[in-house]
Amino acid sequence: MPKQLIIDGKEITVEDGITLLQACEQAGAEIPRFCYHERLSIAGNCRMCLVEVQGSPKPVASCAMGVNDLPPNRDNTPKVISTKSATVKKAREGVMEFLLINHPLDCPICDQGGECDLQDQAMAFGAGGSRFEENKRAVEDKYLGPLIKTSMNRCIHCTRCVRFMTEIAGVEELGAIGRGEDMEITTYLERGILSEMSANVNDLCPVGALTHRPWAHNARPWELRKTESVDVMDAVGSAIRIDVRGREVMRILPRNNDAVNEEWISDKTRHVADGLRTQRLDQPYVRKDGRLVSASWQEALALVAAKLKAASGDRIAAIAGPLAGAEEMFALKDLFHRLGSTNVDCREDGAKLDPAAGRASYIFNSTIEGIEHADAILLIGTNPRLEAAVLNTRIRKRWRQGGLAIGLIGEQVDLTYPYDYLGSGGQTLRDLADGKHAFAAKLQAAKAPLIIVGSAAIARTDGQAVLAAAARIAVAATQGKDPAWNAFNVLHAAASRVAALDLGFVPAKPASTGVDSFVAAAETGALDVLFLLGADDIDMSRLSKTFVVYQGSHGDAGAHRADVIFPAAAYAEKSATYVNTEGRAQMTAKAAFPPGDAREDWTIIRALSPLVGHTLPYDSINVLRAGMYKAAPALAAIDRVAPAEIKAVAALASVKGTVKDEPFRAAVKDFYLTNPIARASAVMAEMSALKKAAGKAAGLAAAE
Amino acid sequence: MGVRRLHPDQPHGFSFTPENLAWAKETIAKYPAGKEASAIIPLLWRAQEQLGGWLSEPALRHVADMLGVAYIRAYEVATFYTMFQLSPVGTKAHVQVCGTTPCMLRGAEGLIEVCKRRIAEHPHELSEDGQFSWEEVECLGACANAPMVQIWKDTYEDLTPEALEKILGAFARGATPKVGSQIGRKNSSPEGAQTTLSDPTLYDGSKRGAWRARFPELQEGGAAAGTKPVEEPKG
Repeated sequence: MPKQLIIDGKEITVEDGITLLQACEQAGAEIPRFCYHERLSIAGNCRMCLVEVQGSPKPVASCAMGVNDLPPNRDNTPKVISTKSATVKKAREGVMEFLLINHPLDCPICDQGGECDLQDQAMAFGAGGSRFEENKRAVEDKYLGPLIKTSMNRCIHCTRCVRFMTEIAGVEELGAIGRGEDMEITTYLERGILSEMSANVNDLCPVGALTHRPWAHNARPWELRKTESVDVMDAVGSAIRIDVRGREVMRILPRNNDAVNEEWISDKTRHVADGLRTQRLDQPYVRKDGRLVSASWQEALALVAAKLKAASGDRIAAIAGPLAGAEEMFALKDLFHRLGSTNVDCREDGAKLDPAAGRASYIFNSTIEGIEHADAILLIGTNPRLEAAVLNTRIRKRWRQGGLAIGLIGEQVDLTYPYDYLGSGGQTLRDLADGKHAFAAKLQAAKAPLIIVGSAAIARTDGQAVLAAAARIAVAATQGKDPAWNAFNVLHAAASRVAALDLGFVPAKPASTGVDSFVAAAETGALDVLFLLGADDIDMSRLSKTFVVYQGSHGDAGAHRADVIFPAAAYAEKSATYVNTEGRAQMTAKAAFPPGDAREDWTIIRALSPLVGHTLPYDSINVLRAGMYKAAPALAAIDRVAPAEIKAVAALASVKGTVKDEPFRAAVKDFYLTNPIARASAVMAEMSALKKAAGKAAGLAAAE
Repeated sequence: MGVRRLHPDQPHGFSFTPENLAWAKETIAKYPAGKEASAIIPLLWRAQEQLGGWLSEPALRHVADMLGVAYIRAYEVATFYTMFQLSPVGTKAHVQVCGTTPCMLRGAEGLIEVCKRRIAEHPHELSEDGQFSWEEVECLGACANAPMVQIWKDTYEDLTPEALEKILGAFARGATPKVGSQIGRKNSSPEGAQTTLSDPTLYDGSKRGAWRARFPELQEGGAAAGTKPVEEPKG
């Protein structure tokens, strides 16, 4: 039943079940708070959100008071609530004075300065001086891992970090020990936190108790230029904000996007920032006498053009890596087609995906927001915690609401929520597809079932059969249910993949050719030129007999093997389109300039085109995009997801093939080192080592 | 109460004795499935008893594993409740001196002096022979008999420094001192002789019906309605 309230003299009707704080916000009143957070459970321990409620002798903590719990007035008139009265102001000033009793006056050396809730609210409710003349309490700083710097004297015990780790991240490692004045936030015996989402606690911390260790004392928030962009570390496409000072990316923070990442980002998304500064390719290189020497753009481009012109169309190939933007892939494909070659492929891992089968066959059709409507989830050969950490928190969020059956075929790992372990390999998948497995009944009974296939499962030799089996399960599970609900989902690990498939960045004859055949041809010398667009995850030792061009931002495996290196911009330095696993086209923004002579990717390919005699017909990114949108209309729908034709899934289900028995392996082995930028980051390397050491320690403890 | 930490020197492992394990399983079974964590306080307490009055880190982990809760949750509980001792206590006696207002007004500070002298300078410190330890605690609910101390599960009330010395001496000898009031007080009745409810007729039955007799209208049948009460009330 909607409820009438009068808040600050304004009469409003609010829906049932919300809190008084939410009602006040709906009425346009601003309520200060420290412990309350929309996405966390309510603690009600900071007392900053006090408001005055008519008939209540004392001010009420509005965050923890439901509008339903307000006792009615005798004459049934609406309750009168004041958020601005003198009583409220005095009460909040009292709370603030208590909070500041033990809070150190170290704002000038505190990294939170300038974006600190306590600092801001002290401006409104703080007294000019302190009446507290005793000693302030002193708390030892805690070790919470390489990402979180602690300064526990500043802690005001809002417990947001504890609630985040327990509820959202699903890793029960943070806690509050002791009581009263001696309460302290820590982990068990100060082990570092091992969660892919841990650095979000630094954003949640309303004071400077938890700050980011990697960029500690590097910059002040007010000297940073902020650019809204999109993350490419995984295929989720989290909304991020890139903070730049001068030419340098200082930090990456999350932005709110309810459809994708809510307001969380993974540790890799955030702390890859230092990888943008190291191992950069800042000038063209050409291999002379077996050694890479720096060269001019003209020299490098001319050499590659000569090689491309000399080779016939079937003896050149291009492979796009995980971080390639849609624009450069469109330009590269365009150029190769003009050179008479369809040897382009984006499926670096060998995924058996075919854009000709329809968009629904390779995207996450149910959408990430749709996970919240699911009541049964089947995970096939995927570890979403590592492949798409933010998406995994969405599954966990749904699981916490109850009534969700989760089944997993693949590696048995801790996903932060419990699941039915169905089996490790193809046998189980076949049983499920034939409806013989017990979990099939759960999917049948579900109103909104969800089948998620991991990218590693479809990269196997029997990938097509796995895909078909998953589609069969999805079709069977949705039979006779809501026709708009598409249960078939592919969870990609590479940010570039969906856009590439949308653009048809695959060979014209997919059955016979692909990354594998290119590499095999290169090994036997049947390939003259191999163009690697940021592709580093192929076996470089097999490419010794071919001329390798590497275009990318970082000196990783591909650059080491390359005969010519084109230095390119990283995702923070260009405006490029990426399509996330749901099929949501999003654009990154140019937050900084690429280092040295590095250029935006599409301009390099455009510059190469006249030298090979096929000038690409676009001189600006807008003209290129117009052409790209014509070729792949889905890319034009920026920030939107258009439902893909569901018929494609049914067609996919009828594909013949037998799933082999071998166990499924996850696509991501080391979460922190999945791409060239992450591999260049010292922070990621440290995290990776910490995780390995922890795994080893756990193994030892288990062996004891 | 200060900052509570686990003791730096921890024993190697912990497991419940067979009897305690059986008891622990029974205790866990009292709670509905999925709510096993509710048994954390009784189990920690039993572990503390088994370890001679303090809770070791391996014991914390053992209990957490038994209940399927994260170690940090058990750590939170153990550090929150001050009745869980996080460092070893005396083998013969751990003296918990009440220092709350009534006891303090009645001389608890003197008792603490005794503890400091006889046992150790600081609370939670073992005496040199490892047999005694002490701490100051909040109200233990025997305010009428203040000041008092609690040793293990018994309280020793109406103490003076001398009386506490005697009790500690008895513990040191391995004797069992008299529990409760040390000055002969019965429970929490007044010190010395009884000063109220002292009329023997209250207890010998001779006054039965005396109150009713004041109200003739309440007598059987109301026959004596309006007549004066048999006995004047005593005010």
